[in-house]
Amino acid sequence: MSNLVKFRIDKTECMAEAGKYIVEAAKENGIYIPTLCNMPGVKPQGACRICTVRINNRLMTACTTPIADGMEIEMDIPELNDLRKAIVEMLFVSGNHFCPACEKSGDCELQALAYRYQMFVPRFPYEFPQKEVDASSTRIIKDQNRCIFCKRCIKSVKDEQGRSYFAFRHRGHKLEVVLDKELGMSMSEEKAEQAMQSCPVGSILVKEKGFSKPIGKRKFDHSPIGSDIKL
Amino acid sequence: MSKKITIEPVTRVEGHGKVTIHMDNQGKVYQTRLHIVEFRGFERFVQGRPYWEAPVLVQRLCGICPVSHHLAAAKALDVIVGAGTGEGLTPTGEKMRRLMHYGQIFQSHALHFFHLSSPDFLFGIDADPNIRNVIGVALKHPDLAVQGVMMRKFGQEIIRATAGKKIHGTGAIPGGINKNLSVEERDEFLKGADPLNADKMVSWAQDAVEFFKGYYKANKEFIDNFAHFPSNHLSIVRKDGAMDLYHGVLRAVDAEGKKILHDVDYQEYNKYIEEEVRSWSYMKFPYIKELGQDHGWYRVGPLARLNTCDFIPTPLAQKEFELYKSLTNGKPNSFCLHTHYARLIETLHAAEVIRDLLNDPDLLGDDLVIKGTKQKEGVGLLEAPRGTLFHHYRINDNDQIEMANLIVSTTNNNEPMNRSVNYVAKSIMDGKQEITESMMNAVEVAIRAYDPCLSCATHALGKMPLEIKLYDDNNNLLDAKKSQ
Ligand code: SF4
Ligand code: FES
Repeated sequence: MSNLVKFRIDKTECMAEAGKYIVEAAKENGIYIPTLCNMPGVKPQGACRICTVRINNRLMTACTTPIADGMEIEMDIPELNDLRKAIVEMLFVSGNHFCPACEKSGDCELQALAYRYQMFVPRFPYEFPQKEVDASSTRIIKDQNRCIFCKRCIKSVKDEQGRSYFAFRHRGHKLEVVLDKELGMSMSEEKAEQAMQSCPVGSILVKEKGFSKPIGKRKFDHSPIGSDIKL
Repeated sequence: MSKKITIEPVTRVEGHGKVTIHMDNQGKVYQTRLHIVEFRGFERFVQGRPYWEAPVLVQRLCGICPVSHHLAAAKALDVIVGAGTGEGLTPTGEKMRRLMHYGQIFQSHALHFFHLSSPDFLFGIDADPNIRNVIGVALKHPDLAVQGVMMRKFGQEIIRATAGKKIHGTGAIPGGINKNLSVEERDEFLKGADPLNADKMVSWAQDAVEFFKGYYKANKEFIDNFAHFPSNHLSIVRKDGAMDLYHGVLRAVDAEGKKILHDVDYQEYNKYIEEEVRSWSYMKFPYIKELGQDHGWYRVGPLARLNTCDFIPTPLAQKEFELYKSLTNGKPNSFCLHTHYARLIETLHAAEVIRDLLNDPDLLGDDLVIKGTKQKEGVGLLEAPRGTLFHHYRINDNDQIEMANLIVSTTNNNEPMNRSVNYVAKSIMDGKQEITESMMNAVEVAIRAYDPCLSCATHALGKMPLEIKLYDDNNNLLDAKKSQ
């Protein structure tokens, strides 16, 4: 019990074990801090910045910052919420996210965040980039139109020898996350399913399974993202 | 000097349409063309997409009949996943799809009749357009307006229960369906509080048929003479010749009722149907190959369906069908405005089918999807509210769509719509120098009988202004008229 520390999130008194990442500590106290690139069981990477909070006037990513005694954290404030919304908007305009025909719709974390932050029309111009759909492996389709480079697949989908099924390729504007050709060919159904689950958007699809979950049974059909986090 | 009259856009017809009427220097109509801005981009942008996305993607073609596209695509993909060509699904899969489809027919027909056409019948086609609209109906005939709204709502609720959403759902998937009907949902439709239950819908649909029959009695001459011309008729029918709007074989009859397409398997539709491109139109003109471009064109939709089928397999609609057939001594009916009559008989049939299906325990089953040996190509046809709808897909080895061809109902009706408009223009505009209100109305009434989805787009009803422009042969604007 001795390593319990006290901290505050938007004036709410909280308590958690020292050293826990803020996102986790907040969760234990029933407070939802939005995340996108973060994933339980995987070392946080601070890639997407959606979890940004303000501590001592400094912007920090809540998924990578450990909690400390007496921390005063600003989280659910208009300025930061607008920043989060802007990030969501940027992700939308920099890919081709056509929700109406996407089988991840209703289960997609990016879409759910857009609803949560009430994005109607992005403030940035759409880029409409030219992207490929790689359907050459037996079990999976990798739709580059929708990838948000969160690295969740790279970090979490590995074979018995610890080799990642997914990896970055190219740089800058050409950057993409691709499925390793060889590993991809021998991918089990279970692994394919895990890969699809790991992806917060609809960039990794298990072949021939699309739309088998009816509307009403999807993750965010009835309550917005984050509403499962309560005390 | 010849003149060109342009009417654009056509109000109370979904999407955009433009009519040009070409007159010679004697002021006689020599050519009429209905230009439809039919955006066929969907065939291009489904290419490369995973095949199972098609039913959800292509339904975005339309805000009025998305379910028809959704189901036609799913039927084509049934073939691709080896689930057979329309008869291989599980009973639950097949019947949930049928329920969805007849719900769609019911709501679309109700929308068409009560919201789009009834103003013409209640107020007369020459009435002030400010009154002759759905708001006018609501003010003067509130009972009828409520009926229309409720019938549409019932159909939409059926769609919601089967597809997950009232528009743009996901219910039909290759090889079946993604949900069954719950007991609560079923009971709500069967025993729901008045008026939202299946029995009430059947009786209201009967009332609507009676309403039209009364109107017909009083206005026989107008109804019979308006844009009446012979044609071929095409639709799918059940193997035994019964009306079946969801599945069957392809049949066409000529103006005398002689079969010109003999109940053929629609998987081979392109053996029998050809699409002609004309330089002035974005929309193709389909025709029956064997008969050639000049004689092979046909009508689709309610009028055609009541001409191709031998009987209607539900008792109340069958009784009305017999009466309707007696008007033409059993021969094909080519009266353009009888399409409304036919549509209402179909509405009654749809209500009866929905009621029967709801009483079928198969809807509650758990066996939703079936798959077999994968195929590379599949065709899905059904009778959409506006007529026969063709979806055809081919996939590559990686499960991506390689080719898509869609022939939508409005395309099938392209030639007859053009002929109807031409007929009306000739009879009203010949020798006239000015565009009259009744001329504008008559053109609209002619187009509306086909209930076209002109650009397969959704627009607020009655909001689009009607514009007529009169040009001479040098394209000088001579006259312009606009209505609200
Ligand atoms: S494929 Fe999905 S999980 Fe992988 S980086 Fe892209 S968005 Fe993230
Ligand atoms: S969740 Fe913290 S940076 Fe992505």
